[in-house]
Amino acid sequence: MAITFKSVDFIYQAHTPFENLSLKDINLTIPDGSYTAIIGHTGSGKSTLIQHVNGLLKPTTGEVVVDDQTITGTTKNKELVHLRQHVGIVFQFPESQLFAESVIEDVKFGPINFGVTNEEAQKRAESALQKVKMPQEFWDKSPFELSGGQMRRVAIAGILATNPKILILDEPTAGLDPQGRREMMELFAELHQKEKLTILLVTHQMDDVANFADNVIVMDRGSVAKIGTPTEVFSDTEWLINHQLGLPSAANFAQKLISHGVQFKKIPLDMGELVDQIINLEGKGNRHE
Amino acid sequence: MNKILFGRYVPGNSFIHKMDPRAKLVLSLLYIIAVFMSNSWLAYGTSFLIAIIIIGSSSIAPKFFWDGVKPLIGVILLTMIIQVFFGVGGQVYWHWGILSITSNGLLNAIYIAIRFILIILVSTVLTLSTSPLEISGAIESLFMPLKKLHFPVYEMALMLSIALRFVPTLIDETEKILNAQRSRGANFSSGSIMTRLKKLVSILIPLFESAFSRAEELATAMEARGYQGGEGRSKYRVLNYTKNDILGTIFMIIATMSVLLLRNWS
Ligand SMILES: Nc1ncnc2c1ncn2[C@@H]1O[C@H](COP(=O)(O)OP(=O)(O)OP(=O)(O)O)[C@@H](O)[C@H]1O
Ligand SMILES: [Mg+2]
Repeated sequence: MAITFKSVDFIYQAHTPFENLSLKDINLTIPDGSYTAIIGHTGSGKSTLIQHVNGLLKPTTGEVVVDDQTITGTTKNKELVHLRQHVGIVFQFPESQLFAESVIEDVKFGPINFGVTNEEAQKRAESALQKVKMPQEFWDKSPFELSGGQMRRVAIAGILATNPKILILDEPTAGLDPQGRREMMELFAELHQKEKLTILLVTHQMDDVANFADNVIVMDRGSVAKIGTPTEVFSDTEWLINHQLGLPSAANFAQKLISHGVQFKKIPLDMGELVDQIINLEGKGNRHE
Repeated sequence: MNKILFGRYVPGNSFIHKMDPRAKLVLSLLYIIAVFMSNSWLAYGTSFLIAIIIIGSSSIAPKFFWDGVKPLIGVILLTMIIQVFFGVGGQVYWHWGILSITSNGLLNAIYIAIRFILIILVSTVLTLSTSPLEISGAIESLFMPLKKLHFPVYEMALMLSIALRFVPTLIDETEKILNAQRSRGANFSSGSIMTRLKKLVSILIPLFESAFSRAEELATAMEARGYQGGEGRSKYRVLNYTKNDILGTIFMIIATMSVLLLRNWS
């Protein structure tokens, strides 16, 4: 399902003195099946942007088109149920949405809301919990007895169980330990490749952008500052720094070597590329003094 | 959700903004008493004029006042209807069982509506021009004499300011949880009352959960920073009466006196 924004403006608390123009003239297209990273400094409008994709927020002016559904400021919530079935959003700190008596019941909440039978919901919930590597002994426990990281997994499973075609992740790994972080990112990559989900990832981790995304949107004070592939976006270090963003660690490392006189054919974005290029340098005896 | 006006503070630099919160609180009460004492057209007219002057010197956009009155229109109409049908005395225009429409009933209905509106307007000025922290500071200061009677003034003031402080946080939190559950297909605007109530559970439980854990965290953070009750604590915001307060007080005393004098005048 492709996503298109056409001249979208969004104002929080319109018509009050607290008005806050949070999105300004957004025009963009996110192709079906892409893995798009959305980056930008704090308060640049990333969370506001993604909430437009399933109509939780409606454009003040302009329109958002998802697949064949158009969302404008006057679209009724009733017309959005169908869309929400296909767009799953994992919010920032999603563990705050848990409420049911048991982990499994909580994960079943979404599918049941979308009219799936109890057996089917159970099946989907079990498979989602397995995907997020939640051991079976926890399934009947209360979600409030879990650790923060485990709650996060359950919350993510709760979205996966609705079988979305577009999966939106708002800083899904913030606050997880390194292993949990890696497992989650690998799960999302797998869903993207095997189940052909369109993924939108809001993140402050440039390494995740370099490792997983094929498309990057840079937000700056409510506007789109740049759209392109990771290579395009990370090619201009100075521009990134000016927008309070950084480089992936491999590119950073390469930049340091460059400043010491080492030549790179192309700035490497991930560790693999960096290692390859350094080995190539060595092979040619082109070593740094 | 964002339309809730309660406790909403609009920063500003007007005459009223610069007054001491204690003076504002006491003078608002004085005004409310004056409005309740009014019982003639002239007295109401004067009260209305006072309200206009107060609103004028607060420099807050008229739209806010409309927003303050709007949610209460239903309540006002209901009270008016009850007055109209159950009020007795004066000329009887219509009569059916215990219901009757009388001239006194009609007059009282109009008076009650005016009272309601005037009180809402002036308390809106108070809450819009005074930050919640100032209000709780004012209450603390005004209740200080009760300390002698072992009334827990500090604790009450602290509870009040924490409660006021967390109103917007809870509203935000509710909105967030609401959005998260909506994304999971929960539809809060359709279905029977029973299914809607059931869906509400998915909002209330996370909300309580987060409120309790917030409270616990706050308590821990306060203890970690050595909080041990209000006794002997100095204040960051020191309240001081200024020229504005004297002017405001003189104005309000004269205004209230005039309302009282115009009572019974018809
Ligand atoms: N509910 C709200 N009411 C009013 N203004 C809001 C609300 N939510 C966000 N904003 C404002 O909108 C702007 C964009 O916020 P948004 O949450 O989209 O930023 P973000 O890019 O997700 O930031 P972060 O990286 O911190 O999550 C900010 O200026 C913020 O203050
Ligand atoms: Mg955000």
